[in-house]
Amino acid sequence: MNKRFVTSLLLGSSLALAACSRNAPEELPPEPTPTPTSPTTGTPTPTGPAVGSQAHFENAVNGQNVIYFDTDQYDIDSEDSAALRTQAGYLNQYPNITVTVEGHTDERGTREYNLALGERRANAAKNFLVSLGIPESRIRTVSYGKERPVALGSNESAWAQNRRAVTVVVN
Amino acid sequence: MTFKNLLYTIGCIGALVATPAFSQTETPTPAPTQERSGGLSGSVTDESAWEDIGIAIPGFATDNNVPTPANAEGTAALGVALAEVITADLKNNGLFKPVGPNRLPQPRFASIASPVWSNWTSRGAEMLVHGYVTKRDDGRLTVGCYLYDIALQDQLVREGWVVQPSEWRRAAHKCADLIYSRLTGESPFFDSKIAYIAETGPKGDRTKRLAIMDSDGANHRFITNGRSTALTPRYSPDYSQLLYLSYVDGNPRIYVYDIGTGKQRLVVENKNPTLAPRWSPDGEHILFSMAVAGNTDIYRVPATGGRVTRLTDTPGIDIGGSYSPDGSQIVFESDRSGSQQVYVMDADGSNQRRLTFFGGRAATPEWSPRGDQIAFTHITGNFRIGVMNPQGRNLRHLTNGWQDEAPTWAPNGRILQFFRTERNSGDTSLWQVDLTGDNLRRLPTPVDASDPAWGPILP
Repeated sequence: MNKRFVTSLLLGSSLALAACSRNAPEELPPEPTPTPTSPTTGTPTPTGPAVGSQAHFENAVNGQNVIYFDTDQYDIDSEDSAALRTQAGYLNQYPNITVTVEGHTDERGTREYNLALGERRANAAKNFLVSLGIPESRIRTVSYGKERPVALGSNESAWAQNRRAVTVVVN
Repeated sequence: MTFKNLLYTIGCIGALVATPAFSQTETPTPAPTQERSGGLSGSVTDESAWEDIGIAIPGFATDNNVPTPANAEGTAALGVALAEVITADLKNNGLFKPVGPNRLPQPRFASIASPVWSNWTSRGAEMLVHGYVTKRDDGRLTVGCYLYDIALQDQLVREGWVVQPSEWRRAAHKCADLIYSRLTGESPFFDSKIAYIAETGPKGDRTKRLAIMDSDGANHRFITNGRSTALTPRYSPDYSQLLYLSYVDGNPRIYVYDIGTGKQRLVVENKNPTLAPRWSPDGEHILFSMAVAGNTDIYRVPATGGRVTRLTDTPGIDIGGSYSPDGSQIVFESDRSGSQQVYVMDADGSNQRRLTFFGGRAATPEWSPRGDQIAFTHITGNFRIGVMNPQGRNLRHLTNGWQDEAPTWAPNGRILQFFRTERNSGDTSLWQVDLTGDNLRRLPTPVDASDPAWGPILP
């Protein structure tokens, strides 16, 4: 759920600015339904996330909607290609779904170059998906350069998490 | 345009001579700029010569204390404010040893063109600034500025300007520029503006707004509201337009924003991301970088729109670009060799060759308005601001932060600004440093700040 929240923030602030409504909701949201105290007991309800939602996609690809890159690199390694094959499988299964591939970099680069590098990474992922038969028209790319880190530290581990291409379902 | 309201030396000294109050008591002698053009030092790199010069800057006098929109307390208080702006300009930039109006006697209007020397000879200052401000019948202000050598008891230079009340600070900056230029032999820089990106919010979700301000931080104004990310602004040479990157339609694209009308248009009408906008020195052309199928190259388009010319064509990232002052060459950034390095080409894209062989990476080159230096971001672990000559030699580092990035030149090519990012917090701020590496200081901004772009001297 967290992941989805973050993703929708990204989408909300970049793509659907109108969604950043300034109006407060007229009514408070309903109280959350009580969650089972012991999730292991009882059968889980089969109502998962809806097809076409980011959560459904992430569940289906088992979190492999993000691929990672080495410093200054944009090549698709074997781990990336496995993730992208999984994504392509999903996209083949749901041919009406379109996606945006977001390219990101770590903070240790200059701003403009990083925008170009993020674009390169997004396109590398897109091209791989296209090579697997996904129509180009279903894949948009956007680079955020170093502007939207997901890990907030200034260390190798954080930078490795931020050098990424994220596939996001567009509805 | 606003700056058309500012009249110039010849017209203004005419106005000065015609001022009745002056004709009663003084006959201003012709400005001695021609015969005394030497200055005290020809170069900022001669550090010792002029930086210790004491300059007394008492309040500017007025003939008649009358209300003006420029100051709620009238022209007398405005005269003190003018002297304070001049003092702050010089002091904040580490230039000379100015002493401001609150520590000095206030000269009378009649003595502006003929100082009472006995008031000044024992104060330890070598130089004396006098000035006046008067309100004209049309509501505009006449501001006169005089620089005297106390030991010689002689006038070194004077100039006058007619300004709208809303632009009174510009007259002070012009006076500071006059003092600076006369004493150092350098070109002026105070009467100029800066565009930058104002940043707020947490590191992972920063709000980035386009903002502008005068060179001293005054007259600050946000241009965009922050609902979409704005980056990398550049003022047009005549200050009428701004180029900047915006995600307003969800994609990174360069817009040409007209400051007068508030309207903007895409720099080029197509679906590709556009990045890294730059003006040609004459304002006739715009350089931008465009990613096509993931590959970024540099393009040029007339500022009014029209045919796009591709200048680079390599599989690597070619991005940015900064014209030599004469417009004949462009220094830019490319990773065609495997890592970011600085290259130079002729303005038509021919004769591309690499300039930087310093180790590490070299990025964001900016050609000095004087033409003699290229500033850039040198990445060797940390990010430092470096300068080199246009042949790619004589590297000098000017800063030593964890991440100092994206230098921009003062109009006179003697000072640089850049932005500094703090490790972990991601806090950003604007900094300034002399070409000598001296006088490093943080610029005051209302919120965090990045991507400074210093415009040219106002006419």
